Amino acid sequence: MDELRKRAKELLESKTISVVIGYEEGTYNRTRALFVEKPEEASKLIFDSRCVLNLATYITKQEVKAKGKMAIAATIPVMRSIIQLAYEFQVSDKNLLVLGITPESNLMEFKDLLEVETYIHKFEIEINASYREKLDKLAGMTQTERWKFWIDELSPCFKCYACRAACPMCYCHRCTVDFNQPQWIPVPSHELGNLEWHIMRAVHLMGRCIDCDGCANACPLGIPINLLNKRLLEDAKRHFGGYQPVLKGDHLMSTFKPDDKENFIR
Amino acid sequence: MTIDKRIVRKEALEKLFEILKQNNRTIFAPVSKNGKTSFKITESYSSIEKDFIQTTQSSKESVFPRTEKILDFTKSKNSLDAKPFDILQVPEVILWGVRPCDAMGMGELSAIFNWDSKDEIYNSRLSKTTIIGFSCFKADESCFCTSVGGNPGNIEGSDILFTRLGESGDWLAEIITEKGVAIVAIAQDIFQKTENQDKNKYLAEVPVKFDRETIRKKLDAFFESEEWVEQSLKCIGCGACAYVCPTCACFDIQDEIHGKSGSRVRCWDSCGISQFTLHTSGHNPRAVQSQRWRQRIMHKFSYMPERLSVYGCTGCGRCSRACPVDMNILEHLISIQEVTL
Amino acid sequence: MADFEPKIVAFVCNWCTYAGADLTGTSRIKYATNVRIIRFPCTGRIDYMLLLKAFDEGADGIIVSGCHPNDCHYTSGNFHARRRWIMFRELCDFVGIDINRVLFSWVSAAEGSKWADVVNTTVTRIRELGPYTEYQKVAKHPIREVTNG
Repeated sequence: MDELRKRAKELLESKTISVVIGYEEGTYNRTRALFVEKPEEASKLIFDSRCVLNLATYITKQEVKAKGKMAIAATIPVMRSIIQLAYEFQVSDKNLLVLGITPESNLMEFKDLLEVETYIHKFEIEINASYREKLDKLAGMTQTERWKFWIDELSPCFKCYACRAACPMCYCHRCTVDFNQPQWIPVPSHELGNLEWHIMRAVHLMGRCIDCDGCANACPLGIPINLLNKRLLEDAKRHFGGYQPVLKGDHLMSTFKPDDKENFIR
Repeated sequence: MTIDKRIVRKEALEKLFEILKQNNRTIFAPVSKNGKTSFKITESYSSIEKDFIQTTQSSKESVFPRTEKILDFTKSKNSLDAKPFDILQVPEVILWGVRPCDAMGMGELSAIFNWDSKDEIYNSRLSKTTIIGFSCFKADESCFCTSVGGNPGNIEGSDILFTRLGESGDWLAEIITEKGVAIVAIAQDIFQKTENQDKNKYLAEVPVKFDRETIRKKLDAFFESEEWVEQSLKCIGCGACAYVCPTCACFDIQDEIHGKSGSRVRCWDSCGISQFTLHTSGHNPRAVQSQRWRQRIMHKFSYMPERLSVYGCTGCGRCSRACPVDMNILEHLISIQEVTL
Repeated sequence: MADFEPKIVAFVCNWCTYAGADLTGTSRIKYATNVRIIRFPCTGRIDYMLLLKAFDEGADGIIVSGCHPNDCHYTSGNFHARRRWIMFRELCDFVGIDINRVLFSWVSAAEGSKWADVVNTTVTRIRELGPYTEYQKVAKHPIREVTNG
């Protein structure tokens, strides 16, 4: 990704940008986040199909923001997260420059977040085929079977909150599970605690999750928690026409239509 | 002290498992789910994961469960009736399939649970646990047991240590403690006498990567360094490393109440999570990730050796494998060793 | 189950359904006594966590009721609630929580007899479904002695 390395070096040399967030080679043939501050270190930046970590999770991190204006190597999921974060006033053109990476792995620099928004709106948020299969399989089960599936699937969870930490949209200084007056969501990792944690996290992400799979990739125990988010994404499509991150305007759950379906209400 | 060495034939290992089961032992063994291995109560030998370098979760689950009731209570008009954890109900446990690094880790965990007050619950669980270790003939890039006082054939912490004798598939069994002797006693036919075997040729190569004494000395002067910020920039502050670590022992206490009765529950906690040191006043002495990352390293490589005379790391490498953002403790330790003060 | 008396928790808004339930009482209409009412300023205040808590604490069924669309005391609270309920039903369905045990209704302050009808219908339905043991088993005994992950 020579263009990316070159551009990062230029931006750092000209001091327009204080830190470039991108990917570097990691261990076990994985990639990981890299924070480049010195122009000569821009040569460590890489990009390939292994780079799926959602880097937008770092742009709300205190110590990264404190460095100054950030530039970020952003694939489409990362761009979506950035726009959603901008909608929620967590980031702006003042502190972020987006170095977009197209699906063909070409560099596409954006002048501002408005250009990023225009670009991402060309792509629908689609659930891929293998997950579609899993969702269909679950839909074919009875209610009791689904309950058993989830209790069992979530049972290894030990509440490490890696899912929360990896998600760019989970930036709350104090998460709902951290409140104890009263304790809404049980802390211990028993069946109830795990179930309610994952349900409520999915609920708090309704309309905000952009399907990057960051949560499931982060889970050290390989639990497919992103299935919950994907199902809610589908439901949003089915009932409300879906959603896209926008800089201004209506958000799925903070708006309503007078003709929202209500055939289940007596 | 000479260790009693025996041979266990390839097919006999499964027989041993069955004998233990018949003798009322609750067996914790590595089992896979979603491609990750954890220690779970197992009744079927075939479900045990046998070909692994290291499990995803450590074996501390058996002596320090992720969720544990320590007290039941009921409130009535004038009194509180509290029923503490009944240590008599702790079962006899076999920990099967433990690597030497984890077995060594039990000693470090015990140091934490006994350093000022003695943790009765932990101690009662450990006293009823027999550890059957399996030495390593394979290692990977995250292993560094030899840098922290361990090795792939280390007997420390195990009651019996099995070493696979190469192609034959037979096992060398070292009977290390009284508990190990007790196991042999109920399975005499399985543990056959043998001539001296050299297990070292069957062990994995784990090159030494750093010297922990050097790191400890450097850490003492390293507290205020800016390096901590640089090292911890990519850390996202989850609890994965602490939870998979065989020696991490921090826990939270939760009261779960329904009406007039409830339980007090102990559950795992992690110093990497931002709320860990949050005071009720709102002040947080470790408000940023660099302070929390520093705490993790210093606790394991400086505070523990100073206060408890044991280091807090066994080089199992789980933290690096489990970390969602590849923080890789080994790299950081090496860079601390190389820093010029 | 002849002697099973369902425990129903009702989440109602103050201005319409609560007043309507009051009217049911003052009109001396007899109806099933299995309901515990929780009063909210508006259905828009109802959080999913509260609904799940009702099941946690042993409820066999839930009623959620508020003002008719366009009649909300706070103008649009019930519209937001309605959208949330649509998603809640999908979520419950996906996770395997029995959505037949959750009943939604619009009951105005003038609909005393409708409230009685809603309660009676719900109680009958839950009586047929039986106690919600599936959920309660998880909620009441969540910690296994030696945890198995």
